[in-house]
Amino acid sequence: MNKKVVVIGGGIAGMESSAHLAALGYEVTLLEKTDKLGGHLLNWEKLFPTMRMGKEVVTFLNEGVEKGKVNVIYNAEILNTKEIMNGFSITLNNNIVLESDAILVTTGYDLFDASKKEEYGFGIYDNVITSAELEEKFMKGEKITTSDGKIPKRIGFVHCVGSRDEKVGNTYCSKVCCVTAVKQSIEIKEHLPETDVYCFYMDLRMYGMHFEALYRESQEKWGVNFVRGRLSEACENMDGSILVKVEDTLAGKPMKMSVDLLVLMVGFEPSLGTKKVGKILNLQFGVNRFFKTQDQHTLTNVSNVKGIFFAGSCTGPKTITNTITDARAAASTIANYLSGHDIHNRIMTSDIKATV
Amino acid sequence: MIEFGYNIAKDRQIDFDKNDKRISTYVRENEPSFKTCISCGTCTATCSAANFTDFNFRKLQLMVRRGETLEVKEEIKKCMLCGKCYLACPRGVNTRNVIIQINQAIEKIENHDI
Amino acid sequence: MKLEGKKAIWKDYQKEIADDKYFYVRSCIRQNFFPGSETAFIRILREELGKDIFEHPCHTTCTGIGYHGDIVPLDTMMTVVARQFALMTEAGYENLVPSCITSFGIYTEVLDTWHHFPEVEAKVRDYLIKATGREFKIPVNIAHASDITYKFRKEIAAKAKYKLVNKETGQPLKVVEHIGCHYSKMFPDKGVGGAEYPYVLVGMIEEWGGEVVDYPERRHCCGFGFRQYLVQANRGYSIACSHKKFESMEPYKPDMIITNCPGCPMFLDKWQYAIAEMEGKTYGENGHGIPVFTYEEVAGMVLGYNPWDLGLQTHQVSCETVLDKIGIPYNPDEKYNGINGIKLGVPEMPVNLKCC
Repeated sequence: MNKKVVVIGGGIAGMESSAHLAALGYEVTLLEKTDKLGGHLLNWEKLFPTMRMGKEVVTFLNEGVEKGKVNVIYNAEILNTKEIMNGFSITLNNNIVLESDAILVTTGYDLFDASKKEEYGFGIYDNVITSAELEEKFMKGEKITTSDGKIPKRIGFVHCVGSRDEKVGNTYCSKVCCVTAVKQSIEIKEHLPETDVYCFYMDLRMYGMHFEALYRESQEKWGVNFVRGRLSEACENMDGSILVKVEDTLAGKPMKMSVDLLVLMVGFEPSLGTKKVGKILNLQFGVNRFFKTQDQHTLTNVSNVKGIFFAGSCTGPKTITNTITDARAAASTIANYLSGHDIHNRIMTSDIKATV
Repeated sequence: MIEFGYNIAKDRQIDFDKNDKRISTYVRENEPSFKTCISCGTCTATCSAANFTDFNFRKLQLMVRRGETLEVKEEIKKCMLCGKCYLACPRGVNTRNVIIQINQAIEKIENHDI
Repeated sequence: MKLEGKKAIWKDYQKEIADDKYFYVRSCIRQNFFPGSETAFIRILREELGKDIFEHPCHTTCTGIGYHGDIVPLDTMMTVVARQFALMTEAGYENLVPSCITSFGIYTEVLDTWHHFPEVEAKVRDYLIKATGREFKIPVNIAHASDITYKFRKEIAAKAKYKLVNKETGQPLKVVEHIGCHYSKMFPDKGVGGAEYPYVLVGMIEEWGGEVVDYPERRHCCGFGFRQYLVQANRGYSIACSHKKFESMEPYKPDMIITNCPGCPMFLDKWQYAIAEMEGKTYGENGHGIPVFTYEEVAGMVLGYNPWDLGLQTHQVSCETVLDKIGIPYNPDEKYNGINGIKLGVPEMPVNLKCC
């Protein structure tokens, strides 16, 4: 009889790992809380750094799930789990009980709630929106306008909203926002060539292979402007435009500038699902409230509970590329575990030295 | 007129909306490589003038972008146009021509040509 | 601007405000700057609301001015604060109500310090015993006098004879609210509405019929500072802060300004004269300034108290424009009379700022 794996969360990580686990010969059940697979990827039109369509990647992922004959359960919610002989019994909301030899948790992230940064006025000032809302406009093919329907003459992008910020309790970098701001700036310029775009950043983290090239293109071809400094506050002008206050840290002077539209680059937070599932399965959380992997270098997909594994951004912010790679790594780690290797207790070199 | 012994202090804040961005526009059009500066400071590190005066090309190009025209006019006089910064720039900005274009823009503004 | 967004934030910042039995501590400077305000507060609480409000004759400065002016050390400040608490304990009260925003900030800061460093509290108790033989209990509740006025804003509205409404046009008066920095910038959760969108004065303005003006430099300090204006050579910096605010609020054509701090109304009022002298610029209608009031004065005005009993004649910017708009009667001949009806003489009128 085939060994069984239950994958929790039907986003990028869940889909790709399911496909790979199925290809390895396991009987895979993928649990998804909504009625669609794809997760956050469904909400993004074009992807950095290539500007290819997000739905192409969704199609690719779907094909893997279909070919692998993965059993997908939609609208699923886990009520409780029990450890049974060499595995788990999982009870769902619709009274389905699943048995599995291993569990892969791919519960992902939620976007930061920008209204927590009170001083930026999201939810108060009409012309302050989030990067996700801007992407939704791109996705729907809506015109990019101010709240009263005018073409914005100047747009500001605020990096690190809800990231690298102790005041909101998130001290980590969300990794994708810098390059997303560059991507969206270029898209703004494609839609509205006459609009000036200003990005307010602290550091530009262009670590991906083609990110730096995209950044350069945004400057050279599209004339996007970059101001090094974090907004202290945004206020509303009489005409509804937004007055931003920032230090131009490279000029060493405070600056004020009006923008017709202000886009907040919201970062990653552990998803509600991550919190819930973690509690049910007794999983450890790290200092940043994402799941804690057993080792940062070597056991990146391994949880504190024997037989439970992680993939994707439930362990920390990841790009799509990172997530897909991580999903495949998790599938391979699970195969390793199910073929009898005690991966949870694999000894580190430092431990060997300590015992000698 | 009452003598208070003090005056309303001048605002240090860059007022971007009010500032004159004509020099910036002119330089961006006439030396497009100006747009790709990443403010790394290599130009200033190698600058002969920066070694003996407070001339700072990195800062100067920012002042151009922000429309701090008075400061630009004052600072640009210190450049000796040796071109060493162009040699050093990792983004290939033609810094020497940027200086020339700034000077031209200043002249054109004074002559009401732009 | 979306009011719901602000309401969501206001909901997050509600504080406990005691209902009765107040130990009231006056401000060092308000009795000179706005001599009718504290008296009006006591009158409203006793006569209109029937509350028990007690003042101790031995109460002194909290040393906030000296502390923020860098001339009173922390230990001294804390010991003086401990003595005020001792006076309250001896009088049998538990609810402290400071009139001054900086005092409110000082008391809050001291309690927070003691909460985190109990050994400091123990040391201060020791200092106080050695210096005065006194002991004290920690206050059960600390609320600024504007918090109390906010708490009873509906009761005041129910008894009000006038509204903050232009009697000619029927339109609400446009009111700028300005909160003292030490009210909630140090401890946002100790202020009604928090620090970014404080509600304490907004609540009064709305309840009493006015319309709040939110302008870009609303959060900017009035420029009072401490060292900053004490030294004459530094006053250019102080006045520049007020100037920045006036320039920002001017396009909204506010009818009046309400404040809850000793320094802010002083500076927003008097600097209008200095700016008019220095630059010939005035911010009100027809060469007048924008009248600046304390919240007690405004409460007294809507309750129908005689403007001269409220001390409005001591304002630099004349209050008559607002009294006329609302339709509050006053006798111009009695404006400069003392308490006993004796004429104190009419002050010299400024050249550039039109005063009635």
